[in-house]
Amino acid sequence: MANLDILTREGCDPTQHIWSRRNFVGLAAWGTVLGSLGVGTLAFGRFMYPRVLFEPNTVVKLGKPTDYQVNKVEEKWIKDYRLWLVRVSDGFFALYAKCTHLGCTPRWLEAENKFKCPCHGSGFRGIDAAVGLPNITGVNFEGPAPRPLERCKIGLAEDGQLIVDYGITYRQEMTDPSKNWASPASFLKYGA
Amino acid sequence: MATDKKSFFDSVKDSPVWKSMFRHGYADTPRNRILQVSSNVFLHLHPSKLPRHAVRVRFTWCAGGVTFLFYLILVVTGIILMFYYRPTGDYAYHDMKYLQFDVPFGMIMRNMHRWAAHSMVIAVWIHMMRVFLTGSYKPPREFNWIIGVNLLVFTLLLSFTGYLLPWDQLSIWAVTVGTNMARATPLLGHEGPFADLIGVNARYDARSFLVAGRLVGSATLLRFYVLHCIFIPVVASVLMIVHFWRIRKDGGISGPL
Repeated sequence: MANLDILTREGCDPTQHIWSRRNFVGLAAWGTVLGSLGVGTLAFGRFMYPRVLFEPNTVVKLGKPTDYQVNKVEEKWIKDYRLWLVRVSDGFFALYAKCTHLGCTPRWLEAENKFKCPCHGSGFRGIDAAVGLPNITGVNFEGPAPRPLERCKIGLAEDGQLIVDYGITYRQEMTDPSKNWASPASFLKYGA
Repeated sequence: MATDKKSFFDSVKDSPVWKSMFRHGYADTPRNRILQVSSNVFLHLHPSKLPRHAVRVRFTWCAGGVTFLFYLILVVTGIILMFYYRPTGDYAYHDMKYLQFDVPFGMIMRNMHRWAAHSMVIAVWIHMMRVFLTGSYKPPREFNWIIGVNLLVFTLLLSFTGYLLPWDQLSIWAVTVGTNMARATPLLGHEGPFADLIGVNARYDARSFLVAGRLVGSATLLRFYVLHCIFIPVVASVLMIVHFWRIRKDGGISGPL
């Protein structure tokens, strides 16, 4: 570490000079060494975050809104994007298919109107057809899951297709309205 | 061939080539012979005199020495494996299989590396338990205990980073689960406490630093390979040197209380 005692060392009369030449050169040398190390450390930190990731894009287009039936859980995107697209009377939302207990993929059981995790039996509500957004879809009600399923960022692209970013999710239990299901990015108002 | 043996070696020792390497001769005197031992850096690791209790296996269990022996085995077999292993998603698994099925002595090198790795983790815990039970962490050895705890952490990190390198399903998911813990790092993990204070997110946080992205992929493999083969061994080796040196500086190996 820099020895700051050199400010008061012999050879520096505080009544005559603030610093001696030795003090100045000593501090300058330490400053150069520590400064370069600090800048190097910061640069290395940035170096470790590449600008381009060779990973699948999490922003995906899911076709036209008219392709989907009201009050139905669409399962066709599960294999590629791990999400259910849900159409309720007045809009859409995308439910991320990852159990909030330990991360398995739950199954949609249409006859029982619920999502059921095969690993430890967590259950999440299906669609309440009587109400529109935000609905209770994905709220946990049985088994060990501690919180509801997450909903993905959703919107309408310029070409009229639904566009979803499954890398950004909204959690019902969050108090911050920009991060829970009240956030306008977590659902898409459509029809009705 | 007419020259006899002695004069042949003398002519070699008189040659400019020899003299450029060895500036003066070695006088084989009793003083030089004792200096050879007392100033030898490798023999220096051990003290010139040992207390009787220090060589009792029932007291030390030789656990630290066994740990170091496993480390040396890991360095040697690890370097040998590096001749065939390529840390890229397309190659890594097949190179591991190639080492096992085709490379002469590849299987034994890989298995020695694997078993020594498991054994080193076990031995280092046993060493720590011995030091704790004998109270050897107490002053004046308290600083060496701290170094030892750091060495324990680096041993576990070596084990964890090495676990990804076979690049099979077990590796990938184990490291996925392991690095998911970094999401909850205070301040630096995007799902941890105070994450909002410095604005980390899933793209830029402690986990993506380790994983080199969002998913455990080829970039993660290369990153873990560099950590496993270069960064952590260098840091651990430096700490080991200090650790062994401090044993002598702190008054030698501790004795029964």
